[in-house]
Amino acid sequence: MLHTQARHTKATDHQMQAKQTFTRNRGLDLEEPLLFEIGRAEVTGIDVEEPATTKTRLGRLERKEPIGLPGLSEPEAIRHYVRLSRMNAAIDANTYPLGSCTMKHNPRLNEKMARLAGFGDIHPLQPQSSVQGALALIEALAKNLLDLTNMSAVAMSPKAGAHGELCGMMAIKAAIIARGEEASRRTVLVPDSAHGTNPATAALLGFEVKSVPADADGDVHLDAAKALMGPDVAAIMLTNPNTCGLFERDIVEIARAVHEARGYFYCDGANFNAIVGKVRPGDLGVDAMHINLHKTFSTPHGGGGPGAGPVVLSERLAPYAPVPFIVRDGEALRLVEHTEGTHSFGRMTAFHGQMGMFVRAYAYILSHGSDGLRQASEDAVLNANYVRACLADLMSQPFGERPCMHEALFDDAWLKGTGVTTLDFAKAMIDEGYHPMTMYFPLVVHGAMLIEPTESESLAALDLFTATLRDLAMSARRGETERFTGAPYLAPRRRLDETGAARKPVLKWSPPVPIRDAAE
Amino acid sequence: MSDIRYTKDHEYVRLDGNVATVGITDYAQSQLGDIVFVELPAIGKTVEKGAEAAVVESVKAASEVYAPVSGEVIEVNRTLESDPAKVNSDPLGDGWFVKLKVTEWGQFEALMDKAAYDALIAALG
Amino acid sequence: MRYHPLTPEDRADMLARIGVDNIEALFADVPADKLLREPLPFAPHKSELEVERILSKMAGRNVAASQVPFFVGCGAYKHHVPSAVDHLIQRSEFLTSYTPYQPEITQGTLQYLFEFQTQVAALTGMDVANASMYDGSTGTAEAVLMAHRITKRRRAVLSGGLHPHYVEVVRTLSQMANDNVVSLAPDVHAREDVVAAIDGDTSCVVIQTPDVFGNLRDLSAIADVCHAKGVLLIAVVTEAISLGLLKSPGAMGADIVVGEGQSIGNALSFGGPYVGLFATRDKYVRQMPGRLCGQTVDAEGRRGFVLTLSTREQHIRREKATSNICTNSGLCCLAFTIHMTLLGETGLERLARVNHANAVLLADALSGMTGVDVLNETFFNEFTIRVRGDAGDVLGRMAERGVLGGVRASRLLPGAGLDDLIIVANTEVNADEDRAAFIDALRSSLQGGTH
Repeated sequence: MLHTQARHTKATDHQMQAKQTFTRNRGLDLEEPLLFEIGRAEVTGIDVEEPATTKTRLGRLERKEPIGLPGLSEPEAIRHYVRLSRMNAAIDANTYPLGSCTMKHNPRLNEKMARLAGFGDIHPLQPQSSVQGALALIEALAKNLLDLTNMSAVAMSPKAGAHGELCGMMAIKAAIIARGEEASRRTVLVPDSAHGTNPATAALLGFEVKSVPADADGDVHLDAAKALMGPDVAAIMLTNPNTCGLFERDIVEIARAVHEARGYFYCDGANFNAIVGKVRPGDLGVDAMHINLHKTFSTPHGGGGPGAGPVVLSERLAPYAPVPFIVRDGEALRLVEHTEGTHSFGRMTAFHGQMGMFVRAYAYILSHGSDGLRQASEDAVLNANYVRACLADLMSQPFGERPCMHEALFDDAWLKGTGVTTLDFAKAMIDEGYHPMTMYFPLVVHGAMLIEPTESESLAALDLFTATLRDLAMSARRGETERFTGAPYLAPRRRLDETGAARKPVLKWSPPVPIRDAAE
Repeated sequence: MSDIRYTKDHEYVRLDGNVATVGITDYAQSQLGDIVFVELPAIGKTVEKGAEAAVVESVKAASEVYAPVSGEVIEVNRTLESDPAKVNSDPLGDGWFVKLKVTEWGQFEALMDKAAYDALIAALG
Repeated sequence: MRYHPLTPEDRADMLARIGVDNIEALFADVPADKLLREPLPFAPHKSELEVERILSKMAGRNVAASQVPFFVGCGAYKHHVPSAVDHLIQRSEFLTSYTPYQPEITQGTLQYLFEFQTQVAALTGMDVANASMYDGSTGTAEAVLMAHRITKRRRAVLSGGLHPHYVEVVRTLSQMANDNVVSLAPDVHAREDVVAAIDGDTSCVVIQTPDVFGNLRDLSAIADVCHAKGVLLIAVVTEAISLGLLKSPGAMGADIVVGEGQSIGNALSFGGPYVGLFATRDKYVRQMPGRLCGQTVDAEGRRGFVLTLSTREQHIRREKATSNICTNSGLCCLAFTIHMTLLGETGLERLARVNHANAVLLADALSGMTGVDVLNETFFNEFTIRVRGDAGDVLGRMAERGVLGGVRASRLLPGAGLDDLIIVANTEVNADEDRAAFIDALRSSLQGGTH
């Protein structure tokens, strides 16, 4: 007997385009309103116990008006934030080659360790005898950082890279004050290619920033740097490997020059991940360097933070390290929390730093070990050079065929005449499923594209990535500009109006004005 | 017609009597892109030639506007605070920034005239 | 090594494609005598199991807050964080994304930042909040710098009730940035006269409420004086749950409100990572430090969110930036915003009432006890007691009896003559039996004293 319910499994209209749907959802891509549009003040997702009946001790300061905070039940809240999460690109889902940001794999073991009650559920001010294990972990991580850098001391408390930079520059300023040269040493040299945090930090501390140009090979111009050295120079702030992804070839020479001028060498350690286990900053003459634990030691970036920025210091700067720091009293470890009786320049933050990040970084170091740490650096450099080699015939490199460190830099010279900009090219990558590389940074390169694959990418992943970029590059050269200039077409949102956002800032949700009022 | 001069930093200054109207050139606005914010000086402030007189911001860039000549700020273009797009649409007209009371005439004479400025733009390609 | 996908064969193929013989050729720019040839002084790589063993042992040497009756506060508080929070923040798409530089594919992060900003503005009673600072203390230092920029003055007056570590953070940055700071003497009874410390160069007055001793501060009268003198009032809140029950700093006239947001959604974690709250008036928005998320539309007219007003920031303004801050506390903001959403207004107010009631119950029980004085007239969930004897000794004996009873004031303020003061925090986690244990432990610790 003929079965009349057999169904076709193919779409009948193969040309069918994505249609506007009733819900505005697109299959699994779900739209999600703001919390304030779906929540209600009387709804809660937490069953809080009944408060005991007591008199209050609030004086006359009890709140009388509503706050305006809607709530969601637990299922609604889960759905709300799960839907939001699905609008995000993430390293767990695909290659995230954002140069300078080091989007490498975040081991889940490290998350588990940070959540052990003995680390996650201890208070910064509980008796020190009850946190000896935590102090031991900080001490062990500090020793690891010193071994990797060959430096004398490390300030663990800075909360992020820029905060570490501030800490390092404060140590330098404290040393200059101690020398009685505060009035005369007021200049900080910063290369044009530096991260924006470097001049911002120097300026915050009252230093005068002088720019040092780059040479034709992408290094800091040695002669120009030397010419600027003098009795007014407090420090030079250099990133190494630099923001062009290159190891500064004259770094030892530059360190010598600044030391001869009796200034200090601050190294921005944002790119330390390229050289861990290969070369130690202390051997290069560095006096202070922050280490971004979220980059080099893979603590999760979490949508822009939290970070952690311990600062290693040379012997000359070690006495000025901020409180708190850990000392050993016989068998016990003890926190020094006040500056009295020390040369410490002061305090960076309320407590002891980013413990949650310390645990993750220490777990990373233990897991990798002496062999894995060095392998990570080598693979990061290998992967970046592989990307460079696979694209070099199509995309232009500002500094020629020079090997790079952990990131490959291209400029936009090869796009000239195509009608496609670096921005357009990046947005077209989104349609191919990739988070774009860092664009328009460093500033010294026109239309810069900075690709950092990291050691976490497999060869197969790199081959697909570079094949995709080659396809895009050839497409741009063929003049298929609409693939780029309107991109992305397939992301949760098309290009957003950033001009409108800045001209008329809307920085929080406001209740809609009732039509009756609006008409008046 | 009033006399207009230009600086190498792409400011213009138009002189009417002893009042200098300062803004940025059409080339400058096209390079900056969509202007989103203009920070103007206080009225009554005296600015020296070459000192920062205003700040102009697009989404991804911020640039200082330097005083092409010294003088006292006698008027600022308040409409730019609510409508900075005027700098893009009419830089030499409604998109002006500040008016200065000028005392040192030689500074004005020393600036580029239109021909010289056009040549500078042409050279920038 | 489990985290490295490349095999030796892959590496050889890739080197061939690059056109070099070995990996060392890629490090040719490193001065040859600086290249490290000997092995690192570390053990070789370890399995998950081995790492877990080592770290679990270290963790086991610490006393976790949930293991004991726990009354330690002073800027970080033990609260119950709902299970959903930690589950959601570990979603790959949140945990392993970066700063939302590409808004088309980071709307998830941007929308929760926008929600966070809205919640913080509402809680503090302000017009606008940023997408977070590192923590409350660094936020306070940034607020002082902001006040200097707005007023073009260079002197900050700090209340004696401001957390002493916050005072140190502000003092350190001010000294290094060549600004002036005056901090009033700590006074457990909050009788200070901050207004008298204002002079013509004063940019701001910084007052914490509840203060470090737990006293509630009415800011309204001070705000009026400040505004008459062109001085900004910066309010600091280190216990965010208190905002569920207390008049907001904005309603009392604050110009900038800084808070430590740890209490909502975030673990104690020995001091970090936490989340700094930062809110102000609309007219000061362009002088604000940190990231801001704003609403806009995409090319198809759909609502979306972007980072905005970024010309204030260091990557564009460089040495003219409002701050050198780069990172925010993204994931900690997310934890805050999820917890806040689960609470809602109803849950937050109730939670705040439970905190307050628990503290009142303990204070009442202590006020009849020999050798103990409760010093506060007002408080939220934390108050200060004076004990007979040295507070450190008393707390030590309480700890031996398995109760972590608070913070001795002399740990925060050594040499200030406050050796007999203990600052005691009570939250919703302190049940009746915890309070009973506290009272027993304190009573026997006092009796066991030498006085």
